[in-house]
Amino acid sequence: MEGATGTANGAEPQEGRLTVIARLARGELGSLRVFITIALIWAIFQFENDRFLSAINLTNLTLQIAAIGTISVGVVLVLLLGEIDLSVGAVSGLAAGVMAVLEVKHGWSPELAILAGLATGALIGLFNGFMVTFFGIPSFVVTLAGLLAWQGALLAVLGDTGTINLPPSTITDLAGKFFSAAVGYALATIVTATTLGTGLLERRRRLKARLETDPIAGIVIRTVIVGVASFAAVAILSSDRGIPLSALILVAFCGFFAWLTTRTPFGRHIFAVGGNAEAARRAGIPINRVRIMVFTICSTMAAAGGILAASRLIAVNQASGSGDILLLAIAGPVIAGTSLFGGRGSVWSALLGAVVIGSISNGMDLLGLNSDVKYMITGGVLLAAVTVDALARRQRERVQVT
Amino acid sequence: MSEQKQSGNGKPDHLLALKGFTKSFGPVQALTDVDFEVDGGEVVALVGDNGAGKSTLIKAIDGVQPPDSGQAYFEGRPVKISDPNSATRLGIATVFQDLALCDNLDVVANLYLGQEVVGNGGVPLPVINETEMEQHTSELLDELSVTTLGSVRTEVGSLSGGQRQSVAIARSLLGDPKVVLLDEPTAALGVAQTAQVLSLVKRLRDRGLGVVVISHNLEDVFQVADRIVVLRLGRRESTFDIQKTTREEVVAAITGASAELKVQKEEK
Repeated sequence: MEGATGTANGAEPQEGRLTVIARLARGELGSLRVFITIALIWAIFQFENDRFLSAINLTNLTLQIAAIGTISVGVVLVLLLGEIDLSVGAVSGLAAGVMAVLEVKHGWSPELAILAGLATGALIGLFNGFMVTFFGIPSFVVTLAGLLAWQGALLAVLGDTGTINLPPSTITDLAGKFFSAAVGYALATIVTATTLGTGLLERRRRLKARLETDPIAGIVIRTVIVGVASFAAVAILSSDRGIPLSALILVAFCGFFAWLTTRTPFGRHIFAVGGNAEAARRAGIPINRVRIMVFTICSTMAAAGGILAASRLIAVNQASGSGDILLLAIAGPVIAGTSLFGGRGSVWSALLGAVVIGSISNGMDLLGLNSDVKYMITGGVLLAAVTVDALARRQRERVQVT
Repeated sequence: MSEQKQSGNGKPDHLLALKGFTKSFGPVQALTDVDFEVDGGEVVALVGDNGAGKSTLIKAIDGVQPPDSGQAYFEGRPVKISDPNSATRLGIATVFQDLALCDNLDVVANLYLGQEVVGNGGVPLPVINETEMEQHTSELLDELSVTTLGSVRTEVGSLSGGQRQSVAIARSLLGDPKVVLLDEPTAALGVAQTAQVLSLVKRLRDRGLGVVVISHNLEDVFQVADRIVVLRLGRRESTFDIQKTTREEVVAAITGASAELKVQKEEK
């Protein structure tokens, strides 16, 4: 320990450069790791089956990940807090069930039924948050109980019918609607321009404040990556059925919550509570309110994901929200770099993680592999990702002991 | 002799003065009729053995645990410090021993935690103004000559103990306090880092702040303090002017060697 102290002091003059490298390793390279993983997975499946990267299959992949990715957005926020929500799968099913029953059996308008589904999620999240904060019950236990209870509630809501088929309406449009290439390119242009614009504005503000700025090449590279990715996605998707509304919904959710977590005080407080709840409390942050709000958002997003899943299935049944949905929704963000230990991660890991998991699942389906192999491989990928997370954490702790 | 009688010292013309602070926890008398005072531009070290009442006194000053009886004066006015917020409003800031920083956030975010600067350029959204926060952070750290950080965007978790303590101290200055309480600021620090923190404490004094340092380490105390207040068994044992005392005298006061007679008399 003494030796470490000595080197830390001795290294201080160079620390500027060292921290830049460390930051790269943690931030940009962190997400680069995910991109490399995705590229690798895609290359392997494309090599094994040349239909994998076809427009039709990539469109299918996009449709497949929309629901899970949306659920994962909420899971990321809870993980950032250092908590977990095991009830997201059951909540997604229950919310979809409530929506379907209200629309089909009670004749509610689809829009109102969707809102009711979302409200169901919000109420459950509020409940989870209260149990965790006021009674001090670990979120693991509260939501494990929820996992069972809300599955039961779904059966009760569905009643004897078992399966409710959804008539064509706004609800089925969520997963069934596609936009033309023109709309897609317009959106891609807006996204690219926004990336460039905010980057330049930020740079100008920092220059004016005489703060150190990232080289302009950084902004250009980021813009090029975002531009190429969004235009390529539009080009591929529009050569098949078009731009799926559900994919846009997922990207919009990611964008909004990424902004919320990184740019607003509320988001900063989520990271603070996840990093050191006691420090956050002493800094005057209402940590219980933050926790309750995050659990509420999480379950609401789970409900949104459940509604998207129902829309894609065009039905809600007793198995809605069960099976591996929960684990995949949590595994995705973790694979893409959000820490299970709280305080570290990004909302975009919900999207990237869903792409990784969705690609593996889709590719193995394409290869005609059985469920046994699929489960084991997905489990292996998850374990590898969590191991990387744990190793990174241990590394940080070792640095800190100085 | 540098030893002074403490009674009558808590005149209300000090920056912060406490008169007759008493606090008990059930049958345990943690503080008995303690006076305390600190002026702007001075470092007062609060020393004493474990259980002498140092932490209880600090908690009484920063409002975490108000005393059972006693009167506080701030800039000569009688004030009531009933909770941490009222202490903050008066201009009393505390830096806790266990730092209370978020390792996963950078220096700027930690400095402004819970008091983020919001809004810039008329954007109607509650957006954090990173530019302004970063600018002020750099200025503040420059003023305090905290120059070893590299970048203020460094994650606090990767900083050394001394740097973390510097960040914690800088953070307490954001609200423009007049009195800063430091609880064991050099505990668990190496030699170089201790020197770093002690020179920072001196700069706080040079800024005209009243600084109260709790410490077990007399070597540090003699380096940085102007006055030493010794607590023993919940009472103010004695006060020393750093220029006119020796370590032996202070140790004797802490252990009670110099006051054995007095204590025996009081116990009768």
